[in-house]
Amino acid sequence: MMLVIEIITAIVVLVGIAAFFGLILGYASVRFKVEGDPITDQIDSLLPQTQCGQCSFAGCRPYAEAIAKGEIGINQCPPGGKATILALADLLDIEPEPLNEELAEGSDIATVAVIIEKDCIGCTLCIQACPVDAIVGSAKHMHTVIEAECTGCDLCLPPCPVDCIIMVPIKETPTSWKHPEPHHVVRGLQAIAVVVETKGGAQP
Amino acid sequence: MIEYLFIIIGTVWVNNIVLSQFLGLCPFMGVSRKLETAIGMGLATVFVLTLSSITSYLIHTYLLHPYGLDYLRTISFILVIAGIVGFTELVVHKTSPLLHNVLGIYLPLITTNCAVLGVALLNVQKSNGFIESGLYGFGSAMGFTLILVLFAAMRERISASDVPEVFQGSAIAMITAGLMALAFMGFTGLIKT
Repeated sequence: MMLVIEIITAIVVLVGIAAFFGLILGYASVRFKVEGDPITDQIDSLLPQTQCGQCSFAGCRPYAEAIAKGEIGINQCPPGGKATILALADLLDIEPEPLNEELAEGSDIATVAVIIEKDCIGCTLCIQACPVDAIVGSAKHMHTVIEAECTGCDLCLPPCPVDCIIMVPIKETPTSWKHPEPHHVVRGLQAIAVVVETKGGAQP
Repeated sequence: MIEYLFIIIGTVWVNNIVLSQFLGLCPFMGVSRKLETAIGMGLATVFVLTLSSITSYLIHTYLLHPYGLDYLRTISFILVIAGIVGFTELVVHKTSPLLHNVLGIYLPLITTNCAVLGVALLNVQKSNGFIESGLYGFGSAMGFTLILVLFAAMRERISASDVPEVFQGSAIAMITAGLMALAFMGFTGLIKT
């Protein structure tokens, strides 16, 4: 009789502990539910979503995941440029760094693609290459670039068979002109400014 | 008060959990290849070991011992550790994604770290009280972290240096660990335990 009681106590105690932790874990998995990786989502929302692949990843989302894992720096996104680097640095609380020079190719000056229309043969190859659908036109008809949509990513240059696309710097117009950045932003930009100056580009 | 300090010093240096009790050797060899992973593993272990040694003390004192169920110690401690690790993982994932990123896979891996179970059992064996159990767990984990970080730093240097072919890889790591254990024997007698 004693033995039976002892065995039953043992089972009850062990089941009790297991049930207790099971309940806590069950409650915690509901209470502390996480949808996806919040950091990755936040990084992804700051990227320009051009899915251009210039960062060597297959789109903006994989690049965001790589940043979240700390596998790669925040300076691999030419379409996003300075603004994206600063926003990412602010989110992740790290120092902003200049855009990767291998990818940059003088893109510290904002540019847009312009099609030299008299040379265009209407092959549609640049339309397929454009990640933001900023080129309009149809087969055997002249194409043109919607300047407001173009991110200056250079992806339409290589496919063009007659090399009729050129990158031109954006001119400052009364609508695109901005106030000079305040001092605390400029200080954060110092690292980038050094690169711009050594390249002889425009003053930030 | 002074005896609490002695517990910490004793567990970190004199009776180091890795080098003189030989517990937790698998993470010691396994995750000591890079300094960052070693730090992550160490932090996760500090957290879990402190919490689990306190909880297992409570379970043993108020549940197992009064009912004469001392023989259920090991299995219920494993249950406690697994539960705490799972709970910690969920909470950290929600409250601090950054910390979760740092600790990453090492948090669930602690379940299999024998140092955690070892410390819980040692607490019972030494009939430590509540605060002593917590301090013993915390100190052991700090000792574990210290050794892991030191060892990882050394392994990073070794991997960059010119090691004779026969000693490359695990062999030189084992020799290094042995030399470390010898060096830590120098602390013996620092505190009478």
